[in-house]
Amino acid sequence: MSAGTRTGIAFRRHLEETLLPPLVALVVAMVVGDMLILSYGQSPSTVYRLLIDGTWGNAYGFGQVIYKATTLTCTGLAFALAARAGLFNVGAEGQLAMGGFAAALAGLALPVGTPMFVAAPICAIAAMIAGGATAAVPGVLRAKFGASEVIVTIMLNFVVLALLNYTITAHLHVPETLHTPEMHAGTVERLSDSFASFHGSAANWTLVAAIFAALGVWYFLFRSKGGYELRAVGLQPDAAEYGGVSVSGVMIRAMVWSGAIAGLGGINFVLGYKGYYEEGFAAGSGFLGIAVALVGRNHPIGILFAALLFATLSQGGLAVNALVPKQLVDILQAVVILAVATAVPEVQRELRAAAASVARTTAGVNASNAKAQS
Amino acid sequence: MSVLAFLLQTIRIAIPYLLAAAGGVMSERVGIIALGLEGLMLSGAFGAAIGSYYGGNAWVGLLGAVVAGFVITCILAVATLRFKANQVVVGIAINLLVIGATRFYLRLAFDSASNSPRVPGFGGEGGGMFASFRNPLVYVGLVALPALAWLLYRTPFGLRARAVGEKPEAAATLGVGVTMLRFKGLVLSGTLAALGGAYLALDQHQFTDGMTAGRGFIALAAVIFGRWEPVRVGIACLLFAAAETLQIQLQGAQLVPSQFVEMIPYVLTIIALAGVVGRSVPPAALGKAE
Repeated sequence: MSAGTRTGIAFRRHLEETLLPPLVALVVAMVVGDMLILSYGQSPSTVYRLLIDGTWGNAYGFGQVIYKATTLTCTGLAFALAARAGLFNVGAEGQLAMGGFAAALAGLALPVGTPMFVAAPICAIAAMIAGGATAAVPGVLRAKFGASEVIVTIMLNFVVLALLNYTITAHLHVPETLHTPEMHAGTVERLSDSFASFHGSAANWTLVAAIFAALGVWYFLFRSKGGYELRAVGLQPDAAEYGGVSVSGVMIRAMVWSGAIAGLGGINFVLGYKGYYEEGFAAGSGFLGIAVALVGRNHPIGILFAALLFATLSQGGLAVNALVPKQLVDILQAVVILAVATAVPEVQRELRAAAASVARTTAGVNASNAKAQS
Repeated sequence: MSVLAFLLQTIRIAIPYLLAAAGGVMSERVGIIALGLEGLMLSGAFGAAIGSYYGGNAWVGLLGAVVAGFVITCILAVATLRFKANQVVVGIAINLLVIGATRFYLRLAFDSASNSPRVPGFGGEGGGMFASFRNPLVYVGLVALPALAWLLYRTPFGLRARAVGEKPEAAATLGVGVTMLRFKGLVLSGTLAALGGAYLALDQHQFTDGMTAGRGFIALAAVIFGRWEPVRVGIACLLFAAAETLQIQLQGAQLVPSQFVEMIPYVLTIIALAGVVGRSVPPAALGKAE
């Protein structure tokens, strides 16, 4: 067997392993979706067509998809970065809220009239610091005390949301509302300011930050020494430690950066959409980030596509609400997560079994060839 | 504030925690992470409301809760035991699934986005301080964790369950069917958590969207804070409930903002995990379905 075909086979296996689980998941979700739609007495094809028309079919719907995908890209990247280090950051929900809150505070602290190109990055950095600091808690507790980061991040979500709720209701809200005052500076223009057809949609230029975050995570993971160490810790912490990597250091850095990226997601709502922090803006986006990372197979490029997919689903839910309850989409999102989570280990097992049987047959052929020659 | 009123309210608040936490202990002691407690409770609450509404009787409601909990448990079990999917991911997906499904079927069954109509519960209207205590689930909740302690430490099933949670390979070598035993543990766990949700729906005489409101996670916090020991977990549940009661009864006094009382279970759990006062060590095989 030549080296070329061998790398060809390895590449194909890699591709199958990467792409099969999400595809299986989508098919399963479609079937479940059909059943739910039929149970509601509607025709699946009509509902799906409406879903596509209401999202990718017009500029407003597409703008909303982009808006939702911006936050999901950040929370998806956050989960993926930690997952590559073998850590489960289930705390994106809280980190995102903290990020948004910090961005709003920074915007309030800046003097009126600060130019956008100065103010927006300051707000974004504030968001990243707040998200990173929030995630540092589970990172340190895991690295230094072995505390399960899953439990700490989940518990910390509740603590953070309660703290923010207290700060807003007791000190910072505009009377009769649950949001902070409008920022003095730092708001970012919407896409509709440049392209009129996006009119009414919340899509805005913070989307550039999300794309840069994806590129940055890709470069870090696959082209830098730090990323190599991080992946080594995720695959084999003992081996990495033996190879001279400080496992606890990598874990803490991975969690801090993961939280920082989740926090960055907060600027989409705060800088790009409302211009203030509002209670509950992060609800759901953190957990959906896990789904995005799973479907995107923890790869930044995959995550961009997966974020678009999940944003399409949640915007599409609104589009079909007249025919079937929009909660249909919530069910489908959960089904996609379950299907990917079950398909990934299954596909890996299948491929390993197939590879083993190929190896056995080639070994058999080689043996019989050897016999024929002798 | 009378001591009796305080105790009764603490117990009333603690019942769903006690039931769900018992489910959590069972699940984690056989090695399956109990992140789906919230979803299991919510499914139980919804099943109870549906059963009670269509059956016209709270006992049918209990049956509905058990059935709903079993259905969700089966999804959880197939994903974690048959396909060995990551338990953290599955737990989170189960929670999202139940939130979505209960909303979907709320619209389908009652054409409402927020709540079911009034359903029969166990107590009559009013009834004062003791109204909730006509609900048999109160007594199930109070004995659940002591009974679980007996089950885990005094029966062959419990011995096998603990073995499966600590060293599944060793248990398998001795002829214990690991997967089947885990399934049984999950079914018991799901039933208990669903009954915790049923208590809420039947006590309030209706299902409201997202009515478990994080109680499943408080129960999980109690499991960890109680170091996976049923009796300690029970004490943790009562402690968390007492803090909540205190906050409700002192609401007028404004001594401490309510949000800080809400944080108590979570902060205590994080501290316990960090090992400041006696380390919480989970079952050895937790999260590893080989």
